[in-house]
Amino acid sequence: MRHILSLLMENEAGALSRVAGLFSARGFNIESLTVAPTEDPSVSRMTLVTGGSEAMVEQIHKQLNKLVDVIKVVDLNDYRHIERELMLIKVLANVSARDEVKRMVDIFRGRIIDVTENIFTIEMTGSGEKLDAFIEALDEKLIMEVVRSGVSGISRGDKAIQS
Amino acid sequence: MAKSKEILRGAEIFCRALKDEGVKHLFGYPGGAVLHIYDELYKQKDVEHILVRHEQGATHAADGYARATGKPGVVLVTSGPGATNAVTGIATAYMDSIPLVVFTGQVPTNMIGNDAFQEVDSIGITRPCVKHNFLVKDVKDLAATIKKAFYVATSGRPGPVVVDIPKDVTADSCEYEYPKEVEMRSYKPVVKGHPGQIKKAVKLIMSAKRPMIYSGGGVILGEASKELNDFTKILGYPITNTLMGLGAYQATDKQFIGMLGMHGTYEANMAMHHCDVLIAVGARFDDRVTGDLEKFCPKAKIVHIDVDPSSIAKNVPVDVPIVGDVKHVLKDLIAMIKAEITKPDTKVLEPWWKQIGEWAAVDCLKYDRESTVIKPQYVIEKLWELTKGDAFITSDVGQHQMWAAQYYKFDKPRRWINSGGLGTMGFGLPAALGVKLAHPDETVCCISGEASLVMCIQELSTCLQYDTPVKIISLNNRYMGMVRQWQEFFYSSRYSHSYMDSLPDFVKLAESFGHIGIRVEQTADVEDALKEALSYKDRTVLMDVITDQTENVYPMIANGKGHHEMQLSPNSNTEQRELA
Ligand SMILES: Cc1ncc(C[n+]2csc(CCOP(=O)(O)OP(=O)(O)O)c2C)c(N)n1
Repeated sequence: MRHILSLLMENEAGALSRVAGLFSARGFNIESLTVAPTEDPSVSRMTLVTGGSEAMVEQIHKQLNKLVDVIKVVDLNDYRHIERELMLIKVLANVSARDEVKRMVDIFRGRIIDVTENIFTIEMTGSGEKLDAFIEALDEKLIMEVVRSGVSGISRGDKAIQS
Repeated sequence: MAKSKEILRGAEIFCRALKDEGVKHLFGYPGGAVLHIYDELYKQKDVEHILVRHEQGATHAADGYARATGKPGVVLVTSGPGATNAVTGIATAYMDSIPLVVFTGQVPTNMIGNDAFQEVDSIGITRPCVKHNFLVKDVKDLAATIKKAFYVATSGRPGPVVVDIPKDVTADSCEYEYPKEVEMRSYKPVVKGHPGQIKKAVKLIMSAKRPMIYSGGGVILGEASKELNDFTKILGYPITNTLMGLGAYQATDKQFIGMLGMHGTYEANMAMHHCDVLIAVGARFDDRVTGDLEKFCPKAKIVHIDVDPSSIAKNVPVDVPIVGDVKHVLKDLIAMIKAEITKPDTKVLEPWWKQIGEWAAVDCLKYDRESTVIKPQYVIEKLWELTKGDAFITSDVGQHQMWAAQYYKFDKPRRWINSGGLGTMGFGLPAALGVKLAHPDETVCCISGEASLVMCIQELSTCLQYDTPVKIISLNNRYMGMVRQWQEFFYSSRYSHSYMDSLPDFVKLAESFGHIGIRVEQTADVEDALKEALSYKDRTVLMDVITDQTENVYPMIANGKGHHEMQLSPNSNTEQRELA
């Protein structure tokens, strides 16, 4: 099953490679991984999407916790949570396709953020599924480039994951 | 007026921090990146530097030192090849959770990443085989990082920590203060076990009809040998130790039924297979211990005590996990068992002990005692007798290691020192040197094979220089015996590249290093030769014992087999197996 793990870790050089190294050394899957500083500049947050049997996900959780730089690991699947991903996508939009693309962007609540004669660059956020659906909905031949951020997640309500 | 702190150079800080940490011995080898440090070492007397002859030897010697004492082993090597040579020893310590602090020199900070002379990414290379590692980029962080390194290496589940120090950091200066304590928000090992889990465990333990205690290296690392003995004796249950756990429980006690696993005793492995409650203490269900996981302890409910949560349920599902320091948890268990109204009922255990007795009657470690060709098992039995079971024994890797584990009965922890997890040939001799430095008045023997021994033979020089008289008993079967055994069993006796051709004259070799060499070729001479070797209190002795080339290690669980599917020695009472 797919799990979203939210990690707080010391913002130290090499911390990212410890996590990446752990996954490759132990043969764990990573679907996506994002890292950025938090409100506390000495702490980074990493959001990791992984999958596997329950036993494997339990091992992943424990092994991450064991890393000396890792302050906290939370499996967002254990909470009501919201996940979002940012996608930037470049599509061919010549005169004949322009209106159609524009309409799709509106339906999916995206924004066109750059325009040239033949090209729209679109920004869209949402769950991974929604972004997948948008890509599906477009004519494959029109897509020039897709850049996705990987998933970020946060728990709902007054529960906060802090160091 | 407040006393102003001293301003010291990085290299001085290094030496002072080791002193303040209480380090007595530093195993090392110099080179460009660490010359400032070596210059400071020259000027001080607090830390004794042991000049090994290869950096692998430094890490193994520090490792042996740590295993024999419980204190961290400390190593200093230069950048590049110094660091890469140390990696095998670091990985060896990592697999067995041994506390080491390894300092590696590094090129100056402004050159890092430029493919500078003798630059390697030591942090990157060692990352997968350390508990943690640090790159010190600023001299102001040096003292605090050293403190953290010792703390991380020795607390929780111990392990090696690497500290990479660029050369310029050892030249820069700052105020020196060695921190008294460390506080790391990201690293807080668990000590106490959860009381609810302990209660559940007691309930399960007391309900057992066919119980089994299986304990590992964690008991030794956690200094919990006394508690393990108390716990086992109160309950009257049978106990087995892993290869790493030997000595944690008295091997000569009647409740001890031998080592378990691939070359474990018939009775220990059979008891594992048939037990109804398994109490795993500081053990990690390694594949050499469990055999085929599908067939592992099919009838047992399992209690597992370990300080490392990731060890629990990693290979085998567990019914009652207890995360905590084994010493604390065992104490709590003992207290709760003593407070129980229902006392352990020895009657309930009678049929179980009877069954174990029948398995033991198979006499799985029996070998041919009449042979004139020297049997390796005999050499180890004799050594055990002559040293009254009280020597520190290091070993290399192969058949001799398994025979040492089977035939030397360890009654005390930290006496059996071997590379269990990584299985590193070349470990034995440098480890023995480290042990002897830690315990100069004890008998230290290295049981080796002629193939393993030469992998770190250069450390014979170190033994001479630092006056660490160890006794090397090389069981010379002219083969990489363990490889030969597998080739005999699984490759129709095609002995591909396992014959040790062109061996040196080991007696002369020992002599050329300034030691004593003794060759033994007859069973009748073994005892006197061992006595002679042990009588040279202040000399290192290399015994070249010419043993039976065809001898195999039994019992054996082949790959894919379960504990109940052991292959037994032709010498054991196989009819008894049918009866049992
Ligand atoms: C560094 C290293 N290389 C290879 C091996 C694989 N290996 C395991 S046992 C063994 C043979 C050891 O021979 P010897 O030291 O003579 O001991 P014996 O088995 O004959 O007692 C080998 C090659 C190893 N464990 N370590």
